[in-house]
Amino acid sequence: MSPIATAALAKTAPPAPPRRRARSGPPTRRLMAPATLFLLAWMIVPLAMTLYYSVRHYNLMMPELRNFVGATNYKLLLTDPTFWHSLVNTLVLVMACLAITVALGLGLALLFNRTFPGRGVARTLAISPFFVMPVVTGLIWKNMLFHPVYGLLAWLARELGLAPFDWLAQQPMLSIVIMIAWEWTPFALLILLTGLQSLPEDQIEAARLDGAGRWQEFRHIVVPHLGQVLYVVVMLESIFFLTSFAEIYATTSGGPGTATTNLPYYIYQNAFFQYDIGLSSAAAVGAVVLANVFSFFLIRFVAGNLNAGSAR
Amino acid sequence: MAIVELKNVVKNYGGRKAQGPNAVDDFNLTTRDGEFVVLVGPSGCGKTTTMRMIAGLEDLSAGSIRIGGRDVSDVAPRDRDIAMVFQSYALYPHMTVFGNMAFALRLKKLPQAEIEKRVREAARMLDIEHLLERKPRALSGGQRQRVALGRAIVRQPQVFLMDEPLSNLDAKLRVETRAQIIKLHRSLGVTTFYVTHDQVEAMTMGQRIVVMLDGNVQQIATPHELYAQPVNTFVAGFIGTPSMNFLPATVGDDARSLQGEGYRFRAGDARAAGLAGKAGATVLVGVRPEHLKWCGSGDAQAANHLAGKVDVVEPLGSTTMVQVDVGGQRITAQLDSAIAVEMGQPIALTCAADVLHLFDAQTGQALGLPAQA
Repeated sequence: MSPIATAALAKTAPPAPPRRRARSGPPTRRLMAPATLFLLAWMIVPLAMTLYYSVRHYNLMMPELRNFVGATNYKLLLTDPTFWHSLVNTLVLVMACLAITVALGLGLALLFNRTFPGRGVARTLAISPFFVMPVVTGLIWKNMLFHPVYGLLAWLARELGLAPFDWLAQQPMLSIVIMIAWEWTPFALLILLTGLQSLPEDQIEAARLDGAGRWQEFRHIVVPHLGQVLYVVVMLESIFFLTSFAEIYATTSGGPGTATTNLPYYIYQNAFFQYDIGLSSAAAVGAVVLANVFSFFLIRFVAGNLNAGSAR
Repeated sequence: MAIVELKNVVKNYGGRKAQGPNAVDDFNLTTRDGEFVVLVGPSGCGKTTTMRMIAGLEDLSAGSIRIGGRDVSDVAPRDRDIAMVFQSYALYPHMTVFGNMAFALRLKKLPQAEIEKRVREAARMLDIEHLLERKPRALSGGQRQRVALGRAIVRQPQVFLMDEPLSNLDAKLRVETRAQIIKLHRSLGVTTFYVTHDQVEAMTMGQRIVVMLDGNVQQIATPHELYAQPVNTFVAGFIGTPSMNFLPATVGDDARSLQGEGYRFRAGDARAAGLAGKAGATVLVGVRPEHLKWCGSGDAQAANHLAGKVDVVEPLGSTTMVQVDVGGQRITAQLDSAIAVEMGQPIALTCAADVLHLFDAQTGQALGLPAQA
């Protein structure tokens, strides 16, 4: 066939019917299936198993005794003073770390948002604690900073003529809070700094022309702009703080006594020291409930504050 | 309402050691009370920098600025009593329209009733009363623009600054808003600086226009003066659409007649003085497209005469834009649409003597302008 004839045929031939168009859109479900299955295997299965174990008698030391016991594990849990203590510890830890990291992170973000020589290097250094692994963080603080004999802080105290202070023994919770805040302030800094950098310069200029001073500029323009970002920081950090474990494991092991036993550590102790899988599963379910309650109130609180702040 | 004086204002971004060209060089201007001054020029000419220096958002490298007799060169923006409309509007996204407009008044701690009154009044003037409870993101571009204007108006400042406030609007809305801003200015009578790169906006809005190029003021004049007596080829080409035609011509022995390949001119009485002693030299003749007329074959003896070949014809309805090749140079003529012209046909054009502009071929400065007052 000559090229001309082919061209003519191509022109006269009716357009091929769009075969796929008949169906509505791409095969969404099939494309999403791998992610859904992964999520199922990763999250739902362990959760279901935890729920299952929590209503069974399941102690590795007594392998023959494995039966359904109903709410017994939960009753044991709620009457265990250590559980309540660990619950309080968890809340103290989370609230203290949140307050410190957000306040410090915001302050540092405001400073690092200004231009000064060596800003790039300074920013990288400021963010670096976040890249240190939690266990390493714990070991560094325990052996190199807090240690009453070899620690930097003890050396400083001696140089100043003071008695060295055994941080982890005398102020265990404060020490843990300092470590975790040290690790997570860079995270808040990083996120808040990107938030600050997305604030259009002309809004600040408009506010300045409108008569706003430094504080009013911060209060009425910067903070409302950071609203969403602050929300993200508080949400993510509270999830991580609720599950803090490695720092405690590597330093105080929940002690002295139960002074730094938080809920994750309590679960760990019950599962891997007492070998009571049933009880620790019940505690784990409690932790899930706590996380949900906590985030519910936190979201309400943060969102309410932001709305009130911007309406005024 | 105030007189704004800029004296020898210089801006250099080189930091403490001034280096490179100045972004704004030796800017001098004294406004009248309540005047509408437009700063116009191509991008990078320093017009926005000048405005930001008036606002206090940029420091002066040299010179001084006085507002209402007070030297504000080192005064913070918040204490200058100036309101600015930004190109992007810069509305506060988390506040309602009311909150945006009331922000400055609240910072001033005015009584609530007064704030309410002023905001309502401004909203009524701008026809945005029904939008007061909305957030900026729920508004159209034109509405946002009016809120930005409203935020400036409620302040009742001494000076308004507007930085290309219309550039983000579509063409139709731009014309409407232009008229609205002019009306607002006439009723409020506040001294206003307006920055634009659009010469049509400048011509229609400005009582006085400052034409800038590369940080230098080219000419400060009323719209009519700019059009009739541009001081150099840049201003002549920048003001007016389509822009002025420039043709090199040799001055005749009588220091009056001008000759080039395919065209001849005879300078009008007003401009002829500029040609004194230039016999034999080359000058640039400027003539605006709208001043060129079709001339029948009978006018071949006309003092001003151009002969060429039609290159492109662009009918616009009321007029027809014709590009003509005259001795290898492309010129534009705006002809009556009743005249039928076709591509490729020969054409002869003429113009009146008093509409010719003359410029020095080297410096581009206008020749034979009446002495500036």
